[in-house]
Amino acid sequence: MVGQEHVEHDQVEHEHTTHSQGFYLAIGIALLILTATTVGAAFINLGPFNPVVALLIATIKASLVVIFFMHVKGASEKLTAAVVVSGFFFLAILLSLSMADYLTRSWR
Amino acid sequence: MHNSEMSSSQATQVATVDHEGHNPALLHHFADAQQQKNAASLGMWLFLVTEIMFFGGMFCAYLIYRLQHFNAFAAGSQQLSITMGAINTAVLIVSSVTVVLAVKAAESGKRKLLTGYLVVTVLLGLTFLVIKGFEYKEKFEKHHVPGATFSFTDKFDDNGQQIPVNPKEAELFFSLYFAMTGMHALHMIIGCGLFGTLAVLSWKGHYTPNYFTPIENAGLYWHLVDIIWIYLFPLLYLISRHS
Repeated sequence: MVGQEHVEHDQVEHEHTTHSQGFYLAIGIALLILTATTVGAAFINLGPFNPVVALLIATIKASLVVIFFMHVKGASEKLTAAVVVSGFFFLAILLSLSMADYLTRSWR
Repeated sequence: MHNSEMSSSQATQVATVDHEGHNPALLHHFADAQQQKNAASLGMWLFLVTEIMFFGGMFCAYLIYRLQHFNAFAAGSQQLSITMGAINTAVLIVSSVTVVLAVKAAESGKRKLLTGYLVVTVLLGLTFLVIKGFEYKEKFEKHHVPGATFSFTDKFDDNGQQIPVNPKEAELFFSLYFAMTGMHALHMIIGCGLFGTLAVLSWKGHYTPNYFTPIENAGLYWHLVDIIWIYLFPLLYLISRHS
């Protein structure tokens, strides 16, 4: 992708490929459109689905940022990948176990 | 790995590292620049994971209290300005684009372009903070800042029916609002200082296509702060409009 000269041994080899400027602008525009969509959806009464739609769009936006702006796809180190995955894994434990408790307290 | 293999490969690496005119940014305790870069990236991601857990705790607290005091949290949320929140979301998204373009400029060795993108990023960050400041000012004027002067009036539904709101519960919403947006704003202030420093260093020519790890890692930080706002915006501003 990046037109670069032959890299010498002690120089950084660009293992992750940065994308073209147009690609980044396209992702930026997609993020702005998704923001407009989530604001628009907030003004429509979807009952219990308002939070679902809002958080779904937020997750799509966050995924776009993580995948294309933070270049996790190009991250070469398996150790780094393990750290990233474990971070989200423990966040999922925090949220799911807490919610499993508080959401079910009224079931008695 | 066998000891003999280790020592022989290390010997060749040391010989490479120590030769005249090697990459000046390469520290001698790393075998090569890629290893140095991977180590920095790993450290940065470890830090970002602690940030995710830190904000995750606050998100979790918010979700639990919202379940328990749903009515007051909805009433509090409806007092926030969706317009200002949406503009700030757009400002942060544009700043994330300038950050990623800065990384690309650094990779291609375009010093002036890199400095320009870094400066624009700082300006967008400051724009975010100014808009946030106006939002906070409004909260002070409406007495929605938790504390001795806090007051909250009952809300009215679409049919003009009065719905009583417990001010103590509304105060809890605004406590979480200020804790979460305030902590996010603190990260923005730190980010602006970080990118301002990088802009000066980049102008002085500290970064080359062979070494721009600080730009990349500061970029990771900025994107994470953006992602946190991407979740704060719907959770605080949007999801309770019709409750």
